[in-house]
Amino acid sequence: MKRFAICAAALVAAVALACPAQAKDTIKIGVPGAHTGGLASYGMPTLNAAKIVSEKVNASGGVLGMKIQLLAEDDQCKNDLASNAATKLISEDADVVMGHICSGPTKVALPYYNKEHIILMSPTATTPSLTAAGVNPMFFRTVAKDDAQAALTSKFILESLKSKKIAYVHDNDEYGKGFADGNKDILEKAGVETVLYEAVTPDAVDFSAISRKLRHAKPDVIVFGGYKDLAGKLIKQFRREKVNCPVVGPDGVKDQAILELGAAAENVYCSYPKDTSTLPLFKEAREAHVKQFGSEPGFGYYNAYAAMLALIHGIEKAGSTDTAKIIEVLHNDPVDTPIGSLTFNANGDAAGMGLSIYTVKDGKFVETEFNITLK
Amino acid sequence: MDLQYFIELLFGGLTRGSIYALIALGYTLVYGIIGLINFAHGEIYMVGAFTALLVAGWLGYIGFPAGGILLVAALAAVAWTAAYGFTLEKVAYKPLRSAPRLSPLISAIGMSIFLQNYVLLAQTSDFVPFPDLVPEMPFLASLGDVMGPTDFLILVVSCTTMLVLVFWIRYTRTGKAMRATAQNRKMAMLLGINADSLISVTFIVGSALAALGGVLIASHMGQINFNIGFLAGMKAFTAAVLGGIGSVPGAVVGGLVLGIAESMTTGYLSGNYEDVLSFCLLILILIFRPDGILGKKQVQKV
Repeated sequence: MKRFAICAAALVAAVALACPAQAKDTIKIGVPGAHTGGLASYGMPTLNAAKIVSEKVNASGGVLGMKIQLLAEDDQCKNDLASNAATKLISEDADVVMGHICSGPTKVALPYYNKEHIILMSPTATTPSLTAAGVNPMFFRTVAKDDAQAALTSKFILESLKSKKIAYVHDNDEYGKGFADGNKDILEKAGVETVLYEAVTPDAVDFSAISRKLRHAKPDVIVFGGYKDLAGKLIKQFRREKVNCPVVGPDGVKDQAILELGAAAENVYCSYPKDTSTLPLFKEAREAHVKQFGSEPGFGYYNAYAAMLALIHGIEKAGSTDTAKIIEVLHNDPVDTPIGSLTFNANGDAAGMGLSIYTVKDGKFVETEFNITLK
Repeated sequence: MDLQYFIELLFGGLTRGSIYALIALGYTLVYGIIGLINFAHGEIYMVGAFTALLVAGWLGYIGFPAGGILLVAALAAVAWTAAYGFTLEKVAYKPLRSAPRLSPLISAIGMSIFLQNYVLLAQTSDFVPFPDLVPEMPFLASLGDVMGPTDFLILVVSCTTMLVLVFWIRYTRTGKAMRATAQNRKMAMLLGINADSLISVTFIVGSALAALGGVLIASHMGQINFNIGFLAGMKAFTAAVLGGIGSVPGAVVGGLVLGIAESMTTGYLSGNYEDVLSFCLLILILIFRPDGILGKKQVQKV
């Protein structure tokens, strides 16, 4: 027993000695998100982006002479796992955090980082309340929030589709409902009639009842709030039940799952960041991914790439990992990223990126002329 | 009210309900024989859908005639999934047959988690598209608003299957032996019925029905993933309890009542209340008829 106590004491002493020495030669960036589970396809591309950017920076000497160390934490886009991930990252002394991926878990994890004054920058969380004025000074994002998407899509519905009767279908999730409600608020104020507003259970075995209800409601356009899987199933059944009006959705809809519907995918519109594939940084990011992983980048890759660049830029310009100084830089000093030159407004939203309406033509998503630039 | 709309919703509910019924039969058959809720049954349904997907993909690849793909894929799924059901019983339930009643229940939940994660790892976490295998049916054109080709197929196949099952249980030797075992296993064994092989047969039949449901729903929805068995299994279990668990006609009635109730709720109230109302219905029926709609009164043996 006595020997054990001595060992333990020696161990504690060793750890206590080792810790401060280690913290000085690396910058730790936490990368929490869905790395396994049903929504892993949203999280893995962002982890890939983090790896590519950090390896590139480390190869050219690191930041302020320090190497970047990534701390990947899987939250499976689940709220309970997200708080575990946040606690773990804090205990591992993360300097800044790039994540989380889904809006719900981001909301759950945010208070933990706030308490420790750690900057959280999400590449994909789009719930508006995350950047409500003055609420989360330590939160930033390199993606358009849902009401920005809704501002674009509702404008598109009014000016381009000129619809008079709208049906809203959503999945009762923060992301999907947020998008549907955002559109509904704007469109109802503009005097457009709501003929249907419904939530569906994403895992239901069939959607014929809602499809038939829609057919009888005769909307000019359906606003869909939700992710790609539900969108694929719903749109397939809509078209089979002869509900052929345009379907307008958020960026989660722009996915291979929709294209696989074939002819049924015609007349589907969604908002998505403006095509920046002509920017040199974009090409560089894409090539790096193809070279390292042998495939085209997935959902959120470029946003995560941009978030990594913005964080590293912030640390570099601030000259330290001091949170207040980094925030100062993020607000004022533009950084070049694959999705445009970005600064962050007072609430933490990225300014300078564009949003466009995309539609399906000949089995591919194509960008339309309709777009807005975020401020 | 608008009659046309009512009929459309009714048939939508029938389609959904007959899938619930197909899966519910598996719960009810197993419960009838060994008094166990087989919580891995929803996963068996999912395995059926995946088997059909793999076989259909392979048949399409070697250039099998399009019309036959669905039939062959469905048969393969039924056979393969029946083998899963058989193995499941041998591995997870048979060793626990004389254990307290809760042990096989835990084992069932374990198998459910195992199968889900097995498919997740062996296949993918994403939804995968299921090919359009159901041929166009021109004679349905006049009924187009009420029934599409997949709805028609689901109704015909599930009605036929259920009728065959009812006759099989009522008139064949195996069916009679099954009923005898369900009534009193010890007595049936004394009279020379091999209860072990009958239990295996029950699992095989139940899994085959679930696989059929899986194939039908997969071609109806056009997408499957490793998690589709959970909610479908839950709803089918509800349907089995609603109809009276252990009763074969009860499972069918329970499935149809649940399907139609959900369809009507979405149609006349709101999709938000679809699940709420179906479970309220369950509670109400269990308050007034504790053994389900067609269940027989039993003396609780606790």
